[in-house]
Amino acid sequence: MSHDPHDLLAAYALDALDDDERERFERHLPDCEECTEQLALLREPVAALAFAAEGPVPPKELRERIIDGARADPRATVIKLPRRNRALGAVAAVAVAAACLAIGLGIYAHSLSNSLDRERSATSLVEKLLAENATTRPLIGANGSLIVAENGRAGLLVCGLAGAPSSKTYEAWVISGKTPVSAGLFRGGSGCSQIALTQRVPKSAMVAVTLERAGGATSPTLPILFRAEAT
Amino acid sequence: MSREAERRTDEELVEAVARADEDALGELYDRFGRVAYGLAYKILQDAALAEDAVQEAFLQIWRGAGSYRPERAKASTWLLTFVHRRAVDLVRREQKRRTLPVVGEPEGSDPGADEAAVTRSRTEIVQGALRRLPAEQREPIELAYYAGLTQSELAERLGQPLGTIKSRMFAGLQRLRVLLAEAGYESA
Repeated sequence: MSHDPHDLLAAYALDALDDDERERFERHLPDCEECTEQLALLREPVAALAFAAEGPVPPKELRERIIDGARADPRATVIKLPRRNRALGAVAAVAVAAACLAIGLGIYAHSLSNSLDRERSATSLVEKLLAENATTRPLIGANGSLIVAENGRAGLLVCGLAGAPSSKTYEAWVISGKTPVSAGLFRGGSGCSQIALTQRVPKSAMVAVTLERAGGATSPTLPILFRAEAT
Repeated sequence: MSREAERRTDEELVEAVARADEDALGELYDRFGRVAYGLAYKILQDAALAEDAVQEAFLQIWRGAGSYRPERAKASTWLLTFVHRRAVDLVRREQKRRTLPVVGEPEGSDPGADEAAVTRSRTEIVQGALRRLPAEQREPIELAYYAGLTQSELAERLGQPLGTIKSRMFAGLQRLRVLLAEAGYESA
């Protein structure tokens, strides 16, 4: 590493790093307590700048769009995919399931997303990631894959995971330093689920899933139910 | 104000969002939607893109509320970080950079609305603090935050070495933090 990541702090807080610099810094961040503290101090004045922006008033419909969007995507929740036929070949007609198939076979699928391109929902997560030249890694301990795009955006595709009990939730973690970082909650359920991770996954990190009380935890409760190594 | 007693804090609202409480998400929007949209619009200079940025950011908030840590940041800071990053990512993608933006003068807000009044007083404090920063610190901060320029682009635009830009941004943010505290920003 030719530069000291610490001198990227202010630029990072201002979102003034390009993608490579940002990725480098975010890989460093979990290992650096001093950076985390310094960053917390810089984030407050940065966020205050938002109040000085004073753009126009948002359109009335925006609130409704946001609530509808949240309702349609009960969070990392799990988008229930069509139940997969045992014979993988039988589902190829369904675009999402096709992505599932491609991942299952470890094939890089480039062109399956056309019909869903415009769709905002996480239904197209896997396709979006694949379109970004993602790599797929098998899950260890469950049936499915971890998909990581070049920029670190990532998703989990899990099939046949029992739904979490009502007082519990599955929680995904990105582990690349000493402190695992929560990357989203989800409920699981029959069929296959796609979970958009809320944290980028640096190279050589591990993604792990645990069962936590509803609402999630700030650090993982063992055991790890399943995991995958990003490379 | 009698409403204050039952008013949930921003942090409590994020906790409620983590439990999939849609009303809490709506209330966060009522508190910060206007600031979020104003910011996204200023960066993107396009109503449709600004709406997309805000909607996508709130969806990230909906999904990610479980990972919010109140000891790390105020809820408003956490939330506006999503909005800003989303807007900057979009503006870079759209290749629609603005030329030198300036901090706008206050415009009329909805009179009588509590949220608008809180926002207005914060706006005035932040604008005042920004004006008191030395220009050499204010410029790179404004160009980075409101126009989405990267630090390398800033160095080029401002004709300064990258190291100088970095240290001016860092010093400027530290100074801004002190100025905001002195002006009572936290309690606004």
